[in-house]
Formats: sequence, structure tokens, C-alpha cells
Amino acid sequence: MNTQQADSVLKVTGLSKSFGGLQAVSNLNFDVRRGELLALIGPNGAGKSTCFNMLMGQLKATQGDVFLRGEKITGMKPRKIWRKGVGRTFQITGTYQSMTVIENVQMALISHHKKLFSIRPYATRLYRTEAMQLLELVGMSAQAERACAILAYGDLKRLELAIALSHSPSLLLMDEPTAGMAPKERINLMQLTADIVEERDISVLFTEHDMDVVFAHAHRIMVLNRGELIANGTVEEIRSDPMVQEVYLGGGSVFANESSHA
Amino acid sequence: MGLFVAQLLTGLANAATLFLVASGLSLIFGVTRIVNFSHGSFYMLGAFVGYSLMQVLPGAIGFWSSVILSGLIVGVIGVIVEVLVLRPVYKAPELFQLVATFGVILVIQDLALMIWGAEDVLGPRAPGLKGIVRFMGEPIPKYDLALIAITPFVLFGLWYLLTKTRVGVLVRAATQDREMVAALGVNQSWLFTGVFFLGAALAGLGGAIQLPKGGADLLMDFNILAAIFVVVVIGGMGSLPGAYIAAVLISVLNVFGVAYIPQSTLVLMFVVMAVVLTIRPYGLLGREEVAGEHGQVGEPEKPIKPASGRARIVVGLLLLGLVCLPLLDSHFVLILATDIIIFCLFAASLHFLLGLGGLVSFGHAAYFGGGAYVAALLVTHANAPMELAFLMAPIGAGFAAVIIGWLCLRLTGVYFAMLTLALAQLLWSLVFQWDEFTGGDDGLVDIWPSAWLSEATTYFFFTVIIGVGGILLLRHVAHSPFGYALRASRDSNRQAEATGIDTKKIQWMAFTFAGAMAGVSGALFVFSKGSVFPNELEIAKSFDGIIVVFLGGVKTLSGGVVGAASLELVKDYLTRFEYWRLALGLLIIFVVIVAPHGIVGSIRRGYERLFSRSTTRVDGESS
Amino acid sequence: MLEITDINSFYGKAHILRDLSFSIKPGEVVSLLGRNGAGKTTTVKSIMQLVKPQTGQIFFDGVELTQLPTHKVAKLGVGYVPEERRIFTDLTISENLEVGRQPPREGVFEWTTDILFDLFPNLLERKNNRGKALSGGEQQMLSIARTLMGNPRLLLLDEPSEGIAPVIVEQMAQTILRLKDEGLPVLLSEQNLHFARLVSDRAIVIEGGLKKFDGAFSELEAQPEIRDAYLSV
Repeated sequence: MNTQQADSVLKVTGLSKSFGGLQAVSNLNFDVRRGELLALIGPNGAGKSTCFNMLMGQLKATQGDVFLRGEKITGMKPRKIWRKGVGRTFQITGTYQSMTVIENVQMALISHHKKLFSIRPYATRLYRTEAMQLLELVGMSAQAERACAILAYGDLKRLELAIALSHSPSLLLMDEPTAGMAPKERINLMQLTADIVEERDISVLFTEHDMDVVFAHAHRIMVLNRGELIANGTVEEIRSDPMVQEVYLGGGSVFANESSHA
Repeated sequence: MGLFVAQLLTGLANAATLFLVASGLSLIFGVTRIVNFSHGSFYMLGAFVGYSLMQVLPGAIGFWSSVILSGLIVGVIGVIVEVLVLRPVYKAPELFQLVATFGVILVIQDLALMIWGAEDVLGPRAPGLKGIVRFMGEPIPKYDLALIAITPFVLFGLWYLLTKTRVGVLVRAATQDREMVAALGVNQSWLFTGVFFLGAALAGLGGAIQLPKGGADLLMDFNILAAIFVVVVIGGMGSLPGAYIAAVLISVLNVFGVAYIPQSTLVLMFVVMAVVLTIRPYGLLGREEVAGEHGQVGEPEKPIKPASGRARIVVGLLLLGLVCLPLLDSHFVLILATDIIIFCLFAASLHFLLGLGGLVSFGHAAYFGGGAYVAALLVTHANAPMELAFLMAPIGAGFAAVIIGWLCLRLTGVYFAMLTLALAQLLWSLVFQWDEFTGGDDGLVDIWPSAWLSEATTYFFFTVIIGVGGILLLRHVAHSPFGYALRASRDSNRQAEATGIDTKKIQWMAFTFAGAMAGVSGALFVFSKGSVFPNELEIAKSFDGIIVVFLGGVKTLSGGVVGAASLELVKDYLTRFEYWRLALGLLIIFVVIVAPHGIVGSIRRGYERLFSRSTTRVDGESS
Repeated sequence: MLEITDINSFYGKAHILRDLSFSIKPGEVVSLLGRNGAGKTTTVKSIMQLVKPQTGQIFFDGVELTQLPTHKVAKLGVGYVPEERRIFTDLTISENLEVGRQPPREGVFEWTTDILFDLFPNLLERKNNRGKALSGGEQQMLSIARTLMGNPRLLLLDEPSEGIAPVIVEQMAQTILRLKDEGLPVLLSEQNLHFARLVSDRAIVIEGGLKKFDGAFSELEAQPEIRDAYLSV
């Protein structure tokens, strides 16, 4: 990491979280640089989701701070952070099941335009063109009028991406964007994401367990194990890092009482 | 000092019954997650069954074996209810089970009426415990002392059962993690039935054991309902020690209340609850309830659309028909139609909360009755003109909803529901007991509309304009950005919050709006009847609202209105018969089991099945 | 004794298991390997009918499981130790064991609290403590012991080594080897390859809900490309 300070979109310093006595995340320090696709990987229970939930305000950090383009956003509510231009997708999709596909996007646009408390217009007639453009972008325009509840899983993920893009974010946090998809769909969705973020100059931080997806699209990878950042580098660096291999294969620490995780 | 101790003892004695009944409710909820509204009915049955047994079985042994037998018999009745009514609907959305238990209340009420008649029954004195003992000069009934002595044994018995027996261990394990208990090879169905037996038996025992103090009557079921809910909520849902502490707390406070502030005994209980829940939202010994990720249970509702041209024509025709009703020249029809419109508006306002917001309020009558009372009070005390009083009704009801909504929305799920119920009861008890201001039980009378509306036909048109207008307004708001934001908050709170929606604020506004609209219906009501009584704020009224919303179909936009109209019509027909409650109760249970999607929902499903063309259904997981 | 044929399972709308088939023979310890999200937990839950497979069949000793409720599957002798352990934290250790107790089964080792306390001495010391007072490793032991109280004929262990100190993992390995000596077949879902190799005869590797390898551990060692593709980074 050289003098990238100016280009840092998100800066995390000393971020820690403990639940009771358990240290879920300890002392994380990293930057998300402008325009990059940064992957956060690690085995189950490594603290990825905890880290994500702190960045987005769902969880309060025990210690440390998060800065968005220099502004401290630690402790802000999720909806405040969203208004500052951070989009998010979830591991398990959280779309509005009782609405149509396009209404899901319109809802986000209504929120973005601060029309939530309006009771005069019909909601379905607001921001339709904008919503349709977003759906076209993710290849969902043909299904705009279908009920969200009958969408296939892969399509839900695309819809979620459209929603996350609705307020033209500068940073996108994606938690396991391809979880539960068939291998082929995964690559497609990430390719789509990569194209969109490049075109719109969006930075992305994502967690992912499918290494094919990570290696194909990430510009940089961070590895988390037992709440600590143990590696941070390019795809090649991570692939050849012996410590990362060990973490993923289970350390050989079964019969030796060592704990070699620095 | 003597008096103080005597009062304390009376409180403890009263706590016995309350604890018995409430612990049963708490047990049932803890394991099955069912809020059993018919629990008060089990209590009432216990009293009646106990009374009958005591007529037959003589002496002290007869008395006490009657008490125990009543518990067992009511326990068996509980099992019958569980197997016949609840088992078929365990898979339905959980609040649907509530509606089924409402049906049970009605059925049991009429069965009791059939068997024991309408007269109140005086409980026999317990043989050998008839007199009093003097304590520091104060008289204390011997039976009270017996009750105080018995309660610890019951508590001990329950404690033993729950901690020292295999069944008890299984029950506690299931309270914590039902699925894991099943994965270890325990059949939950039997566990549920067993818990229902135990819970109902405790309620029956409570009913029988209080006979010497209170007798038996047909109002017992609702009368104790509020108190046991308060006890369970204060103690923490599912916690037996909590229930005991709360029962003692409430009973003792109540006795002192009677002695020192006799006008506010009813209010006291709810004030205590409000205070406890403000400090400890999940009760004294309760555990935080983890709300699910997605607000709605079961299949999500269909997307809504602004009414199509054809639908508008149909509604227009219906309206036209309504406006033509006075041509029939039947006073009866006009009154019935007025009542139906008023009830429809009330139901529509509740549906807005319950259906669109996913916020199950058990106390919506507070705003209906509240609105009616605001108007009536203004007319009575301030001599306000009808127009002003009418306008103030929704404002007053909305104001109550702002405060109650703020308090309740800090909680979710069953706790939210319970707190709305308790706060509504608080309002009811205020109205009921503040005689000089509200007229108490005698209500407020002579609340008539202004001269230009005094004609029945004119008032009917007024009701059509305001009532139908209100329903259409609610419907329009459902389609507005605000209505969408409310549904978004229900569908996925997490997603809504993560896209800038302040879900709490949206829900709070919705709660207020629904309250104000209920206030409008209350105002229409009071001026159509010319009077208002405390029962317009009662639990039973709130329940009526919930029943019709569920019967009509929670997940359909018109469910509230259709349900309300159907129920009023059915009721109007059925109430001509002596045992109409029985018929209505059975009808409700029947609908719950056969048509769990409600009237509108089921009609739509039938329609779709007949003409299923375009609607491709890929719903995998639902059966 | 366990025969899974072409099951497809979903979590909500996500298609997790895709035409998965495999079998377990009597007395065999089989490891189910794969990365996070590969479908290991869903496989185990599908056997227990906690997740209902939409298509496919699961036979356990000739009985079709897919139509049964979960408690019947357990009654048939399938013991399940969940990933999150799910011990009853409000109950004491003895009570937790009591919940798991089932009558003895013919031809199956009969577990008693004495034997289990012998196997897990830590639990004996704290048998009257509540579950919430236990450490992660102790909770894992209790969860296993609780399931053994049901005298299972097949044990499903879902990621028992996850988040547990190496010393305890060692103890766990010895426990599984002990179970193997008793002739109890085990399906072990694992990410820790070393641990899995130590205790099991056979490995099944899944990725994206598809089976990628099924064979002896020695074969898996001989095919480093599988290891690299599906298990390592």
C-alpha cells in the first residue's frame, strides 16, 4: 500500500468486535480504493459477515472506526450510510416479496428521492423510466411486471443488484453475491457486476466463497481468519501464500498444540 | 399494621387463582407459541364444572376432589380443543390460530349457557374453612389462608414436574428449541397436546378453586383474560416464576388499590404493566424475542394494482345500490347498512395496520371507542356542536395512537400485540372507572347529530360519504408511496432500512393514521346511536376487528371490508337465534380450517384455479 | 445402510443440492468435504428431513426417509449433531442428556450417562451446570453426547471441529475413533482436511451441491487436482 490515501473510498482503522468474551473481529485495518473490486475471503466463522455488518451499520463496533471518503461513519444507522452513497446486497436476498420486480426498484428510488411519506401519487407510477433503465442494466427488464415472489433465485440476485444501484452509489458492499447459484450463473453475475462498476466508477467490497469467482474478478484479495486479517494482496500473491493454504485446509494443527496464526 | 397485613394476605390469596390460570397460559405459549385466547374460557369451565361436582360430592373430601376433578376434566377439554381445532391449523400463519381460539371462546360461552343457564352461580363455601380468623383484630377468611398455603404447593408441584421429570425436561427443551427436540426423536405433537392438557387443567383448577370467593358466571372468561395477559406479559412470556411474581404483584397492588384508591383499581394493573414494560420490554423474567427476518408468515401476498376500469365500475354500481337503499323505506335496513359501513371502516383501518403493516394490534378498539368517547365527551361536557365534536374524534384517537404506537413499536411480534392490548385495556378501565367524567358503566347518552343530519336517511347518506370515503382513502394510501413503504417495512425490514427507509417511523405514522381512521368510524357510530358505552373500547370489540380481517383475508386489499360486511350480515341473521354464539364460533372455526386464506383469498384462489392461464406459479416450498 | 439417490434441496429459492447421490455402508466413517457453502450442512439436514428435498430419495436401512417427519427419522436411529451445536442452554448438562435419551436398540451399543461421562470427563465435572456455562468445545461434546444418548445406528456430525481449540479437536478425533470401534457409522461434514483424514475411511467432495469425488482418502491424496480445485484456495 503506497500513497493511495487520496484514492481511498472506504478506510477501516482498528475495527474490532467482541460478542461476550468471543473476539469475532480484531483490529482490522484496510482501504477500499477507488474503482477496485476487493474480495474478502476466509473460512466459515472467520468474521466476514461481522465485518460487513459493522461497515454497513447493522452492528456496533467494539472498537475502531470506518471512514467514507474521509467522513467518519462509525455507529451510523444503515439507512444513513445508504444515503451517503453506499449500496449493499445481502447473502440471503431481502427483496419485497409482495411487490413486482419493478416496484422493488421503484421503492428504492422513492426512498432516494425522499418521497416516502407522500400519500398523494400512485407509487407504481413514480420513477418508472429510471427503474426500467436499471432493470435493463441487469438484464431483468423482460420480467419487470412479474411478482417478485415467483422469481428464480438468480434473477432475485440480479434484482438486488439493480436495487443496490438505484441511488448511484460510489461504493457497493456485496455479501456473498453468488451464494446459492449454479456455477455458470455465478460467473455471469460477477461479470455483469464487474462491467457495471467499471462503467459507473463504483468501488466494490465483496465476500465470496467461490474461489473461481474471486480469482476471475477480484483486483485484490484480503484473507480473514479467526477475526484477523492474515493476508492482503493480488490474486497471485494470495494463491501462493502458504499461510492461506493452511487456513483453508485446516492447519495440520490437530495433534500439535501450536497456533501458528499470526 | 393489622389491616396492612390483612390486606397483604388477601392479595396473596387472590394471587393463587391468577397464578394458576396465568401459568397455564404461559406454559402453552412457551412451548407451542400459541397465544391461547380461549384460556379464559377454560377458567370459566373450571368454575362451572367444579360447581356441578360440588353439588354431587359431599363434604370436605368432596369439595377438594371436585376441585381436582375439575382441573382434570378441563384438561381433557383442552386436549379436545387442541386436537380438533388447533392441530389442523398449526401450519397456517401463526396468528390464524388466534382466530381459531376466538371461535372456541364463543362456542364455550354458549355451551356453558346451555348447561348452566344465564344465572350467576354462587360458589359453595369450602367445608371446614367457612369462618374467619382474627389477626391483630382484623378478620381474615380461613379459605384465604388455605389458598395462600396451597399456592406454594402448586408452585412446587409445577416446579417438580418441570425440573424433575422427563416430560418437564422435554417441555423446557421445546420452549427453547423445538426443532432440535424433534431432531432428537421427540414427537412434538404429543408434547403440544400434553402441554395443552396441563395448561387447560391449571386454568380449570384456578376456576374451581376460586368458587368459594367468586362463584361462577358467563362473563368470567373475558373478565380474567386481560388480567392473565397482564400477568404473563409482566412476568415474561413463557416464564413460570415470572408469572408467580407478577400474579402476586398485581393481586397485592390490587387489594391496596381497592383500599386506598378505589376508583382506579382497574387502571392500576395496566399502569404497572406499562411501567414494567417501559423498563424491561420483555417482562421481568422474559427473554428477548428474536423477530424473523421477513415480516410475513407463509406465502407472500400478491402485488397490488390501482383499481382497473372494470373494478371502478363495480364499486360505482355497489355505491349506487347503497345510495338507493332509502328507497326501500325500511328503517331496519338503513340502520343495518349504517352499522355495516361503520364496522367496515373500522375493519379497514385495522386491516391497514395488520395486513399492509404486518402489525398485529390486539387493541384497535381503543381508537374506535376512543374516537366515540372524544366526541361524546365534547358534546356532554363542553356542549360542543356535533361538527366540531366529529372533527375532534379522529384527532383525539390519532393522538392516543401516537402515544400508544410509540410505546408499542419498540416491541415486535407477540409482545407488540400484548402491549397494544394492555394499553387499550388501560383506556377502557379509565373510561369504565372515571364515573363522574365518562359516566362509567352507564355510558354517555343523548349524543345526537345536528339538526341538518337528524333525519335517519340524511345520516345514512352522511355515513356513506364519510364511511365509504374513509375506506377509499385507506385504499388510496395503500397505493401511495407511504403505503408501499409500509409494505416494504413488513416484507423485509432489513432491506428497507438498508435502502434509507426509517421503518419505525413509517410504522408509527401508519399506526397513528389507522388509529385516526378508527376514530372516524367511532364518531360515525356515536352519532348514529346517540350513546356510547365502555364496551366499545373492550377486548371483545378489538377481537371482532381481528376476526373479520382474518376471515376476509389479511393478504388481500379488500379483506377487511369484505370480512366486516359478511360478519355483520351473518351476525344480524344469527343473533335471532338463542345460541348464535355457538353457531358463529363454529362458523369461524370452520372457515379457519377450511379456508385459511380468508374469504377474499379463497375466492381468488378458486378463481385462479378455474382460469389459471398467465399466472405462472413457481412457488416451490409452500404446500 | 444409508442410500441417497439424486436429491435436490433448496434453501428458500436457492438451489443448494443438485442430484446428489452417495451411500454409507455399515461401520464406515465417511467425510463430506467441501468449502463454505458447498452444501454440506444442507446434505446433513436433508437426511434429517429438516430440509425437505424436493426430488430424490433417501433410504435408511430400507426405510424411505423423505416422507417422514424429523422425529421419526431420529427414532429410526439417525443421530444428528448440528453445526451450531444447539444445546439447550437453560437446561443442565444432565437434563440435556435426558432430552436425547431413547430406549435401547437391538444390536446397537447402548450408551449410558456413565459411559458418556467417562468419554467426556469435562462434562461430568459440570453435570449440574447449565448449558450456557459451557465453553464452545464443551458444548460440542455435550451435543455429541446428547445425540449418543439416543443410541443411534448412524451418526451425522456437522462440522464438529469448527471454531474449536486444537486440543479439543484432538479429543474429538479420539472420540470418533472410539465410535468407529463400536461399529457406529458416521457421516462427518468437515472443512478441516487433516482432521477428516485422521478419522475417516472414505471422502466425498462436493462443490456447488454437486458431487466431485467419492472414494478412499488415499485416492484423494493421489489426485491433488481435486484437492486444489475444491478444497484449497
